[in-house]
Amino acid sequence: MSNGRFEPKIVAFLCNWCSYRAADLAGTARIKYEPNVRMLRVMCSGRVDPTFVLRALALGADGVMIAGCHPGECHYLEQNYKTMRRFQMLKHTLAAMGVEEQRFRLQWASASEGAQLAAAINAMVDEVRQLGPLRWPGNWEENSHRLEAIERMVQEHAEAMEVSA
Amino acid sequence: MTERIGVYVCHCGTNIAGTIDVEVVTRWTETLPGVVVARDYKFMCSSSGQELIEDDIKELGLTRVVVAACSPHMHERTFRGACERAGLNPYLFEMANIREHCSWTTENREAAALKAKAVISGAVRRVALHQPLEPIRVPIHPNTLVVGGGIAGIQAALEIAESGHQVYLVEREPSIGGHMAQFDKTFPTLDCSACILTPRMVSVGQHPNIRLYSWSEVEKVDGYVGNFKVQVRKKARYVNEELCTGCGICVEKCPWKVTDDAFEAGFAKRKVIYTPFPQAVPKYPVLDRPNCVYFQKGTCKACQKFCPTGAIDFEQQDQIVELEVGNIILATGYDLFDCRRIPQYGYGRLANVFTSLEFERMSNAAGPTSGRIVLRDGATEPKRVAIVHCVGSRDENYNPYCSAVCCMASLKFAHLVREKTSAEVYNFYIDIRSYHKGYEEFYHRVLEEGVHFVRGKVAEVTEAARLPGEEGKLVVQFEDTLLGKQRRVPVDMVILAAALEPRHDAHDVAKLFGISCGKEPFFIERHPKLDPVATMTEGIFLAGVCQGPKDIPDSVMQGAAASARALSLIGQGEVALDPILATIDEVRCSGCRICNNLCPFNAIEYREAETVSYVNPALCKGCGTCVAACPAQAISGAHFSSEQIFAQLEGLLYDAFPTARVAAAPVESTGV
Repeated sequence: MSNGRFEPKIVAFLCNWCSYRAADLAGTARIKYEPNVRMLRVMCSGRVDPTFVLRALALGADGVMIAGCHPGECHYLEQNYKTMRRFQMLKHTLAAMGVEEQRFRLQWASASEGAQLAAAINAMVDEVRQLGPLRWPGNWEENSHRLEAIERMVQEHAEAMEVSA
Repeated sequence: MTERIGVYVCHCGTNIAGTIDVEVVTRWTETLPGVVVARDYKFMCSSSGQELIEDDIKELGLTRVVVAACSPHMHERTFRGACERAGLNPYLFEMANIREHCSWTTENREAAALKAKAVISGAVRRVALHQPLEPIRVPIHPNTLVVGGGIAGIQAALEIAESGHQVYLVEREPSIGGHMAQFDKTFPTLDCSACILTPRMVSVGQHPNIRLYSWSEVEKVDGYVGNFKVQVRKKARYVNEELCTGCGICVEKCPWKVTDDAFEAGFAKRKVIYTPFPQAVPKYPVLDRPNCVYFQKGTCKACQKFCPTGAIDFEQQDQIVELEVGNIILATGYDLFDCRRIPQYGYGRLANVFTSLEFERMSNAAGPTSGRIVLRDGATEPKRVAIVHCVGSRDENYNPYCSAVCCMASLKFAHLVREKTSAEVYNFYIDIRSYHKGYEEFYHRVLEEGVHFVRGKVAEVTEAARLPGEEGKLVVQFEDTLLGKQRRVPVDMVILAAALEPRHDAHDVAKLFGISCGKEPFFIERHPKLDPVATMTEGIFLAGVCQGPKDIPDSVMQGAAASARALSLIGQGEVALDPILATIDEVRCSGCRICNNLCPFNAIEYREAETVSYVNPALCKGCGTCVAACPAQAISGAHFSSEQIFAQLEGLLYDAFPTARVAAAPVESTGV
C-alpha cells in the first residue's frame, strides 16, 4: 500500500513468443506502467490451465491477466483460439462465483506491442483498484476447507469445459 | 531431498540497482526456503559473475540456481552454460526478470523492490521443483529454402550455393530480380540497376547448387529447425521447360496485349504469353491464362503453332513439389504504397501524376518510353517537374514509419530529370535523410545541379487554376515551412515517392512459416540490435524489406547475413532444442481423446489397442495446450509442469497470503 491506497496484486500469464516479449519491449523502451502486475511465463497462452487462474485468485491475487499472440499469429498456429474458448468458459464460472469480470482479462499483444500491453495493464490495475480486494483466501479460510473446495471446483470445471473440438 | 538453492541478484550497473535496492532484496532472499546462498553482483553476465555461480555450485554443492537479472530471452542461455560448466544440469536453473519487467518499468522504488521480491520468490519456489532435462539433438538438413528472388534472396541463395550446399529458391513471379530489376539507376553511384543485377540473376539460373522454382509459391511448411518439409506449388506456365529454348517467337506471335500491372507498373502493355523483361531468369515465358483467348474462347493457339520446339502445352497442370530443408530464409520484399489512397495528390485521376515506380520504368532505356522523360501523352517533355517525398510514409494517416529509400530515390529522380531534360525540378521534402556512405555527397551534387528544394508537405495537386500562369498546369499547393507561407507552384509533371509497405499477404506468410509480424506488418526479427536476421522460430531467417524498409546495399547485407546464419547451423550439423515436450502417463490416461484434436501438429495419436493417447516427441512443439486440457491430469509438460507453475504462483503472491498458511497447504496435496 502506498499513500493508503489499495494496491491490487495481479498475476499475468504471458506467452513466451509474443506477450512476454511485448513486456520485455515495454521495459527496454522504458515505458512506465503500474508495478502491481507480476508476470509468469508460459510457452503458450494455451498452457494456461483454468486451475492456474483459480489457484492465483485463491492465493490472494486480486486479478489475473492472460496475454497471448493475436488470433491468427499464434506461434503454435491456433492454440490461442483454445485460450479464447477457455477464457470465456472460465469467465462465466468466475462470474457465477461472484468474481467481477474486470478481475479476469484476456489481452492480445504481439511482440511489438509493448506500449499496448502496458496500457492494458494500467487499465486493468485501475479497474481492479476501484473494485477493491478480492478477499477470496479469507473466505475460504473461514470454513477451513479452502484447498478442498478449490480442488472440487477445479475438478468440476475441468470436466465441464473441455469439449472435443 | 532438500534442494540447495543459490540466488544471484544482478545490479546491471544502475539498470537494476538504480531502481531496486539490490542489497536489501538479496538479504531478504536468504530467508526463502532452500536458499543457501544469495549474492548480488554488479554484472552477473560478466565472466567473473558467471564464475561466482560456477564456484558456488562446486564449493557449496548447489543443486539449483536462480539469477535475478534481465529477460531470459537475453541471458538464459548464458547462465545455463555457467551451470553446465560447473556440472549442474542446465535446466536446474531459473531466471527472474527484474530488469525489463521491473526496474525499467517503474520509478516507484518501494513497489519495484516488492515486485522484485515476488518475482525472485516465484523463481526460487519454482526452481526447487525443476527436473534435470537433456536437450534434444536434431540433425540439420544441409539444404536451404530461400523464399523470394529479389536482390536479398538472390544474395542469400548465391552465398549458400557458393559454399557447396543445395539451395531451393522459390519466386512467385515469372522471373527473379524483384523490384531492383524494374529500376533504372541506383543511388548514389548511378550504376545501371540491370547492369549490376543481371549477372547475379544469371549466376542463380546457372548455379549447379541452386534449384530455381519461379512462378511458384510455398503452400505448406511442416517440421522444425533442421527438418522442415515444404510444399511448393509450381504454377502451370503452359510452357514445357524441357523443350523451351526461350527464343521468344511465341511472345512475338501472340496477337493479344494486356496492361502489364506487374513489371511495367501499369505503364505499358505486354503480350498474353510473356517474359516480364528481356533479361528474365528463367528465360521461359508464362502464359497468362485468365487473359488468353484460347482459354476463353477455344481458338487462337498462335503461340503453339509457331513454337519451333513444340513447347507450348495447354494441358499443363500445377505441380506440387515436396522439399526437405534444414533452414528457411524469407526475402519476400514489399508492396509499393498505392498512391490512389491519397486522393488529393491526384494519382489515377490527373494524367501527369506518376508514381516513383512509373518514373523508374520511364527513365529506363528498356522501358515503355525508351528512357525519355515525357508526359503521359508519350511525346511532350515537361518544363517543370515536382517530386513529392514521403507519400504514404511519416504520415499518421497511412504509415508512421520512414520508408528509408524515398529521399535518395527522389534525389536520383531529380538528377535524372535534370540530366535528360531542361526542366526545373522542385523537391518537396519534410527532412532529407541521406545517411549512408556517399549519400550526403550525392545530395550536395543534386543541390549544385540547380534542383529546387522546398521544405513542406504537399497539401494538394490540382488542375484548378487560380492565378495567371496556372492554366493547363498541375498546381502543387503546399506550406513552405521555412518561409511560413502557403505557396503554389505550377508544374507539368508530378512524381510521388511512394512508401514501401509490407506485402499485402504478410500476415498469411507469417502464419505459414510460424513467425510474427509487427503492426505495420513487417516481419519481426529476434532482436532488433543483436539478432536482426533471425526470427523467434529457430531455423527461419529474414532478409530484405520484408523485415523493414531498407535500400539495396542493406538488403544485400541482410541476405548475406541470413545465409551466414543458415550456414552456421549447417556447419554444426545438429542443433540442441529445449526438451519442452508433453508426455502422457498411460496409467492415468482414460483414452477420452480430448487432447487428440487440440494438437495442430498432429503430435497426439490414439492407440486403439491400449486405449490410451500417445505424444510423438518428434512432432510435439511443447505449447502445453493438451497439458492444460487433460481432465485426468495425465499429460505433463516438461519444464512447465502444473506443480512448477503452482509453486511459482505461491512465490509471486508471497505477500498476498500469510506465509504460514501457504506452508500449511503443501503443493503435493493437490495431486495435480
